Amino acid sequence: MKIVVLIKQVPDTAEERILDPATGRLDREASDAVIDEITERALELALSVKDGDKSTEVVVATMGPKEALKSIRKALSMGADSGIHVLDDGLAGADLVVTASVLAAALRDTGADLFIAGNESTDGRAGMLPAMIAEHLGLPLLGSLVAADISAQSVSGQRATEAGTQDVSAAYPAIVTVTERFAEARFPNFKGILGAKRKPVSTLSAAELGDTGQISSSVLEVSQRPPRTAGAKITDDGNAAAQLVDFLASRRLI
Amino acid sequence: MINLELNEEYLELKQTVREFAVEVVAPVSAKHDAEHSFPYGVMAQMGEMGLFGLPFDEEYGGMGGDYFALALAIEELARVDQSVAITLEAGVSLGAMPIHRFGTQAQKERWLPALCAGTELAGFGLTETGAGSDAGGTATTATLRDGNWVLNGSKEFITNSGTEISTLVTATAVTGTKTRADGSTAKEISTILVPRDTPGYTVEKAYDKVGWRASDTHPLRFEDATVPEENLLGERGRGYANFLSILDEGRIAIAALGTGAAQGCLDEATAYAKTRVTFGKAIGENQGISFKLARMAARVHASRLAYYAAAAKMLAGKDFKTEAAIAKLVAGEAAMDNARDATQIFGGYGFMNETLVARHYRDSKILEIGEGTTEVQLLLIARSLGL
Ligand SMILES: Cc1cc2nc3c(=O)[nH]c(=O)nc-3n(C[C@H](O)[C@H](O)[C@H](O)COP(=O)(O)OP(=O)(O)OC[C@H]3O[C@@H](n4cnc5c(N)ncnc54)[C@H](O)[C@@H]3O)c2cc1C
Repeated sequence: MKIVVLIKQVPDTAEERILDPATGRLDREASDAVIDEITERALELALSVKDGDKSTEVVVATMGPKEALKSIRKALSMGADSGIHVLDDGLAGADLVVTASVLAAALRDTGADLFIAGNESTDGRAGMLPAMIAEHLGLPLLGSLVAADISAQSVSGQRATEAGTQDVSAAYPAIVTVTERFAEARFPNFKGILGAKRKPVSTLSAAELGDTGQISSSVLEVSQRPPRTAGAKITDDGNAAAQLVDFLASRRLI
Repeated sequence: MINLELNEEYLELKQTVREFAVEVVAPVSAKHDAEHSFPYGVMAQMGEMGLFGLPFDEEYGGMGGDYFALALAIEELARVDQSVAITLEAGVSLGAMPIHRFGTQAQKERWLPALCAGTELAGFGLTETGAGSDAGGTATTATLRDGNWVLNGSKEFITNSGTEISTLVTATAVTGTKTRADGSTAKEISTILVPRDTPGYTVEKAYDKVGWRASDTHPLRFEDATVPEENLLGERGRGYANFLSILDEGRIAIAALGTGAAQGCLDEATAYAKTRVTFGKAIGENQGISFKLARMAARVHASRLAYYAAAAKMLAGKDFKTEAAIAKLVAGEAAMDNARDATQIFGGYGFMNETLVARHYRDSKILEIGEGTTEVQLLLIARSLGL
């Protein structure tokens, strides 16, 4: 069985994350780049399948700048077998539409039974990409699972909805996305770290992936979030509720 | 020739252990310290990460790394928890290493896989009431009788000897007398592997320690403890010399531990000095405090360089004895000095057991005592000067 995990390199959520005011893009200098926590859990899920059946092949795929190779290497040291790195300066600032078509093109011929991604990334938080890739590849999508059971023929899982849980399943090939309810990723061991160097990573440029469309959205302006100002303080002298309602109404919040 | 940059693998290992220390070890450290409890959960995860197998061959379940990789891991753990760091240090460099270095094929196959996996721990039984710094004062005896070694005597302060996963102690014992070249006689000291379930072998109640309280330390007693003859580890009569060579390496690992402890104190105290305000400004803006921190940083740096240098000589196959003694001396003192300064910078909060600096204050003292006291390091260094 072959599993491809879509990992994304993001700024560490433990540090300050800022946008470059000139380009409206992420300031990659401002914080450490790490594997997105949810995609790390996606990788853990794939590796746990491999723990049970050593013949399972786990591939990690990402589109990102040169530094993203660091995240691929980390995934390899955790136990993935190989990596796919879509690397192209022309893709800097790519929007969701282009990113989805590029990744779909990169994944199309992998021959994977199962693709696993996070339900949304901690930086962009669009939560759309896996569905868009599923559409491109014509695959069933089991999105935002809270539990998954991966067998040799099919994948099933639970999705939490506001009304309860849904049991969903799909035959391969399929895409699933996981939420933070899945287990945290393992730490790499030293043998893995030593071995990661010898594992293959294929680098693909946009040109090699055919026509993947034009970036059709652009950021016109970004501005800093205004600093928080002191709020109004209501002391309860018997009519706090009325004051609270007046306040909310004055802000057009009710 | 001079290159102090860590290569990518060492760096990644250091970073990985650092993350593990912060995310997994630190959150439960104060609790285990307060309860004097052994952190089984943390150890299980360290085992899965392969930390207990770092310097051993893959053939026995090791990670195929080296002793320096182990030292780096110990340094990172010690920043947040010296008990966890010493458990790894003693487990690998005192527990498993003698078997790896001096064991027969059968002994290695029997013991190393579980020790490398961290699912079992072995203790190093050298110290006795009458044999501390003067480690040759061994009084425990092992007598060969009907194809078995029969041990009688006791040991003091043996790390990792009494946990639920402690399965073995390697004990030095007098196995007879030997005649020196000049005709004088001396004790013949050998090393015997004593499995935990050996009849006549008792692990006594754990000590109530000032520091390293989540690390496991017990006195041991042997009363006609009987093991098969093939449990002799290494050559008969070489036990003392073999153990001393193990201690030489161990000093590099302990120096790494001291470096980590000194670094942990520096990290904590620097952050505190920047945020604690008195008389309208951060205390770190006073030179009385900033100079203290500067000195602490210098101690950390010197300790780290000292153990890197000793490890480099060791890995290059050169004589590293004196460098290891210097590293142990410098790093042990750095940890104690930094712990004292960090506690001072924390004021009253530094005297509260739940703070990390208070724990380092209690934990660091042993770094000037265990695996060769400061005085013993000075003796070794003086000897290298021909004194
Ligand atoms: C927490 C802990 C864990 C330990 N773990 C282990 C273990 O796993 N295995 C093991 O075998 N041992 C272990 N030890 C024992 C440790 O190695 C000894 O305590 C140490 O070597 C000192 O021996 P001692 O306590 O007998 O002190 P002593 O040798 O009695 O020394 C007392 C004092 O005299 C000084 N002194 C001694 N001789 C001289 C001299 N010639 N010149 C100047 N000063 C001198 C010493 O430096 C010291 O200050 C552990 C100890 C502790 C506290």
